[in-house]
Amino acid sequence: MAKIKLSEKKIQELKDVCKAFNNEKGELINVLHKAQSLFGYLPAELQEIIAKELNVSVAHVYGVVTFYSFFTMQPKGIHPVSICLGTACYVRGAEKVLEEFKRQLKIQVGETTPDGKFSLSCLRCVGACGLAPVVLVGEKVYGRVAPDGVADIIAEYNT
Amino acid sequence: MKTIKLIIDGKTAEVPENTTLLKAAKTVGIDIPTLCYFELKDMNIENRPGGCRVCVVEVKGRRNLAPACNTMVAEGMEVYTHNIRVLNARRTVLELILSDHPAECLTCAKSGSCELQSMAQQLGVREIPYQGEQSKYRKDTSPAIIRDVDKCIMCRRCEMMCNDVQTVGALNAVNRGFMAVVAPAFEMNLEKSPCTYCGQCVSVCPTGALTEVDHSRNVINALADPAKTVVVQTAPAVRAALGEEFGLAPGTLVTGKMVAALRRLGFDYVFDTDFAADLTIMEEGTELLDRLTRYLKGDKDVKLPILTSCCPGWVNFFEHNFPEMREIPSTAKSPQQMFGPIAKEYFAKKLGINRKNMIVVSIMPCLAKKYECQRDEFKVDGDPDVNFSLSTRELAHLIKASNIDFSSLPEDDFDNPLGESTGASVIFGTTGGVIEAACRTAYELYTGKKLEKVDFKELRGLENVRHATIDFDGLPINIGIAHGLGNARKLLEDIRDGKSQFHAIEIMACPGGCIGGGGQPYHHGDSEVIKLRASALYREDAGKPIRKSHENPFILELYKDFLGKPCGEKSHHLLHTHYFDKSAGVFVEE
Amino acid sequence: MARQIRIALRNCGVIDPERIEDYISRDGYMALATVLTELSPEAVIEILKKSGLRGRGGGGFPAGLKWEITRKVQADQKYVVCNADEGDPGAFMDRSILEGDPHAVLEAMTINGYCTGASKGLIYIRAEYPLAVERLKTAMKQSREMGLLGNNILQTGFNFDIDIRYGAGAFVCGEETALIHSMEGLRGEPTVKPPFPSVEGYLKKPTNVNNVETFANVPVIINKGWEWFASIGTEKSKGTKVFALAGKINNVGLVEVPMGTTLREVIYEIGGGIQGGKEFKAAQTGGPSGGCLTKKHLDTPIDYDNLIAAGSMMGSGGLIVMDEDDCMVAIAKFYLGFTVEESCGKCSPCRIGNKRLFELLEKITQGNGTMEDIDKLRNLSTVIKDTSLCGLGQSSPNPVLSTIENFIGEYHEHVKDKKCRSKVCKSMMQYLVVPEKCIGCTLCARNCPVNAISGERKQVHLIDQEKCIKCGACMEKCKFNAIIIN
Ligand SMILES: Cc1cc2nc3c(=O)[nH]c(=O)nc-3n(C[C@H](O)[C@H](O)[C@H](O)COP(=O)(O)O)c2cc1C
Ligand code: SF4
Ligand code: SF4
Ligand code: SF4
Ligand code: SF4
Ligand code: SF4
Ligand code: FES
Ligand code: FES
Repeated sequence: MAKIKLSEKKIQELKDVCKAFNNEKGELINVLHKAQSLFGYLPAELQEIIAKELNVSVAHVYGVVTFYSFFTMQPKGIHPVSICLGTACYVRGAEKVLEEFKRQLKIQVGETTPDGKFSLSCLRCVGACGLAPVVLVGEKVYGRVAPDGVADIIAEYNT
Repeated sequence: MKTIKLIIDGKTAEVPENTTLLKAAKTVGIDIPTLCYFELKDMNIENRPGGCRVCVVEVKGRRNLAPACNTMVAEGMEVYTHNIRVLNARRTVLELILSDHPAECLTCAKSGSCELQSMAQQLGVREIPYQGEQSKYRKDTSPAIIRDVDKCIMCRRCEMMCNDVQTVGALNAVNRGFMAVVAPAFEMNLEKSPCTYCGQCVSVCPTGALTEVDHSRNVINALADPAKTVVVQTAPAVRAALGEEFGLAPGTLVTGKMVAALRRLGFDYVFDTDFAADLTIMEEGTELLDRLTRYLKGDKDVKLPILTSCCPGWVNFFEHNFPEMREIPSTAKSPQQMFGPIAKEYFAKKLGINRKNMIVVSIMPCLAKKYECQRDEFKVDGDPDVNFSLSTRELAHLIKASNIDFSSLPEDDFDNPLGESTGASVIFGTTGGVIEAACRTAYELYTGKKLEKVDFKELRGLENVRHATIDFDGLPINIGIAHGLGNARKLLEDIRDGKSQFHAIEIMACPGGCIGGGGQPYHHGDSEVIKLRASALYREDAGKPIRKSHENPFILELYKDFLGKPCGEKSHHLLHTHYFDKSAGVFVEE
Repeated sequence: MARQIRIALRNCGVIDPERIEDYISRDGYMALATVLTELSPEAVIEILKKSGLRGRGGGGFPAGLKWEITRKVQADQKYVVCNADEGDPGAFMDRSILEGDPHAVLEAMTINGYCTGASKGLIYIRAEYPLAVERLKTAMKQSREMGLLGNNILQTGFNFDIDIRYGAGAFVCGEETALIHSMEGLRGEPTVKPPFPSVEGYLKKPTNVNNVETFANVPVIINKGWEWFASIGTEKSKGTKVFALAGKINNVGLVEVPMGTTLREVIYEIGGGIQGGKEFKAAQTGGPSGGCLTKKHLDTPIDYDNLIAAGSMMGSGGLIVMDEDDCMVAIAKFYLGFTVEESCGKCSPCRIGNKRLFELLEKITQGNGTMEDIDKLRNLSTVIKDTSLCGLGQSSPNPVLSTIENFIGEYHEHVKDKKCRSKVCKSMMQYLVVPEKCIGCTLCARNCPVNAISGERKQVHLIDQEKCIKCGACMEKCKFNAIIIN
């Protein structure tokens, strides 16, 4: 983990988020959601500020961040690719699709391509099982993805 | 309260409602094994996550087995604690725990006191049928504590101690599932966390996941070095607990045997931290009286209450959590750190040796002392005033390793001049003791009268926060006492909010005071042990010919000979310190 | 022909979920008005109890009874919680209801608040459902504007308002105590029950937790009467159940059928049968907590009790259909992989035991299993179920036990013959070149990612089994069907 120095402005933004939730410790998860949507991820420094603002220990914040798979301490790629490995998608071959993404992007799950463009993660059902297997790139949903459709999806973002 | 009748293994138990099956079973002589459950009775300390599941029992009519530690009795309940179903389940659960545990008993610091190890013996586990991947983590060595959490069984006792009791929040459960473990933020080293090194997590950990940094090898090397004069000091609480390591009943005083053992180990001078405790009272008491008199004269700059500063765990706590109030505690160093400079600046000179050729070792009930003696401000040109601090447990190991039959040792006496102490200093080892000792001296110094009743019973006991008013010949002095940092926090918050009515407050980081310190023999959750240690100290106090610090003849001589007067210039230089703001974040750097 | 009856889904796809007028025009908020102006809380609870409505979140606990318990606990503050975590992968009933008919849930929660004495409601919803959140927010705004939520609802002096809380990707947070801790800003670890949330829940106050679909049934029951509702379904399971059909079935999607409909009717009549005309092998209900139903269960009426008797459970309503191409050992492994990832780690049997189950299954699917391993799977599964702290661990071995129970033959084949009949377990497969068909075009060799294929142009090629990683690229590329799986 590298040291990142947040600008005063960013720190203020974060403090405002905490304030919007009345600096309530019960709102920790809401605050983390907001912070992650503002900053893209939750580096250590951010968690420390949140801990201070909500008057909880940093260890507690970290304990919560590492419990929930939605929260991440790694910056994601510009185009985060998520493959659903829920049951419906699994029985319709999601694993093969995942393998293909790994192969073409040359990264493992949880990693980001060196150019920072793509990152790869897995999901457990996005509630679009009717379209299984499902792949998300950012917010966009791709349904009935087959391994040989992977290249096309990547190409869409590679211009 | 309603009484509930139930049947456990065919025996009828009658217990009050809201009793757990675990406790109900105890009343009929059934001891259900537990791992995560932990309690210090009468001290408001309980850990009951229901996580380990070795305590499961069968309750007739229930689909699943029930955790005895977490299931309340009900009228007419039928409970089976060792039928085939239960035994198989309990054993399988333990086998699972062991399958994710490095079997390193041969070299593990906890071996012999390990609850997991003894449970494996108790259940007769001879092989581990479910082998597989083990969860692995980075080992972390801080100035006082080693975390080897490959051995963590997620009982969460340390987390409970650090958060609920100490309110430090250095440790928390992190990650999920198989990789879940208790760790500091970002799984960094404890050194980068707000840890106070109170060692309470170590004292409750059932396994070798949390242990102290062992300095006994350094001490052995020093003892073997002919160029060094090795001086040892022993803290008050050690003599009330050391015997437990040799099978003596809790509460046995082993002062004389301990001295004899230290001498056999080869220490050149066996001194007593109690001597330094008397010195602490002289300095702290004088500071208290000074602040008090100025306050009574209407000096608005005086900060009251005065807080004791003899516990390094507590000092770490306020430096991290209340740095803006760091002007309030007494500036007097802890007895360990008062002893250091007296040994190296006074006694060494008397002997005519260079301080660098003197090694000061302390035997402490405490892990925070390990960190304290490494602080930069307690060094002269890089030479620490106290070189090494060993816990009571480490001393016991050292004695065993040196082939000394402890229980047959003759009683021996401390060396002089730094071995003479009063009853006042002995009770430093228990909660309320420091302030009682201070009262004995402050009363006489303030009123100029002789104190007839030396025992201040109103200051004793184990309630979390206690207060008492002591009559200083017409002047009521309000005294507060807290042991355990969570309790201390409450008193501090009152001070911060201007609500505190106290003139003086004593704070000890450990529940029970140093007798319950993080370096003491493991009490395994038996609060009776802690109480017996306390009464041992009060016994030793009562038996001492001199019971007030300011009457210690060697202390008086020290002032005459060397220091001048309490809180004088020399004392200020050698015996007082200042505090730091450690509240700044410590997030990860490269 | 099996009929679908739409109760929970009555408005989905029928109304515009962003217009409260649409909802109201279909008797929306009529139940709330009746309740607030004509019925006592006890009377409403009585109706619910008589209706026989059971919780749709998985456990099947009688809803009326839960409301009554919560009502009877004395407290200065109580809470109503709607469990919209829908963590079962392959299920999306709750999402559809929230997106298609959000007011139904708001109305029911308000009725619950009136009955239990709570003035505050919380919806705990997964972060993966942004559209549902938007719809809920819109709906809440509209109902507040119309005096159907907030202070002095319908001028009756009754106050009740609702807030949204977000999940953050943890299946275990569907478990009600974990859900409550999560709403309190803590790690979503379950705690031992009792105390049940109805007695001690959110912020230690009595908290009535119900599932989305459970709530969605309530207004209709009030409007149409308990007799009507109780006339649908089986003796102990009343009303309908929404299932999310997925997997190897022709018509994937949501269906709502009366309790007691058979699996055959659901799969063949409503679901249009198995994809590609293949043979039905099993259907998994209850997700990772459930078990598989097989051909012999095709004519069993589906309700809470029959499913449990069949070694599965209702769960939230995911129904995944599997055909002959699915390996049941691999399916069990898939579910255990899920459990291992989602176990909170608090209790040892689940934290370590499920990992060991997974490892044993992995060993078997890799062709290294022994008969003893199957016994180990059985014992371990039984102990994990018996000793785990929460419902997750108490049910996570079900997929193992039910596949062993129903497909022991497949386990034996994997262990003894080192064969996977569905050709799913890669380690037991060999990609082979059929010499008679290979013309030596070199296409396969050029596409093999690990260069495991050798052979000169126009010569028969050979796959080096040591090197082959069984990716299947060669077989896909070969234009002459010269590569087969053994
Ligand atoms: C591991 C686990 C996951 C669960 N997930 C859900 C869920 O996603 N949605 C749900 O409504 N109930 C879920 N439940 C059941 C809840 O604990 C609870 O019983 C339910 O919300 C009560 O509502 P009901 O009585 O209306 O069904 C889950 C239970 C367990 C043990
Ligand atoms: S923690 Fe206990 S069981 Fe583990 S290696 Fe150490 S002594 Fe042995
Ligand atoms: S030594 Fe004390 S403060 Fe440090 S982690 Fe342990 S319990 Fe917490
Ligand atoms: S470190 Fe020790 S006390 Fe803490 S959870 Fe692990 S085993 Fe328990
Ligand atoms: S109370 Fe005693 S043992 Fe505990 S930290 Fe303080 S000085 Fe050390
Ligand atoms: S059964 Fe699993 S999910 Fe439930 S408490 Fe135990 S570890 Fe956590
Ligand atoms: S399983 Fe993939 S969307 Fe539901
Ligand atoms: S002692 Fe009861 S669950 Fe651990």
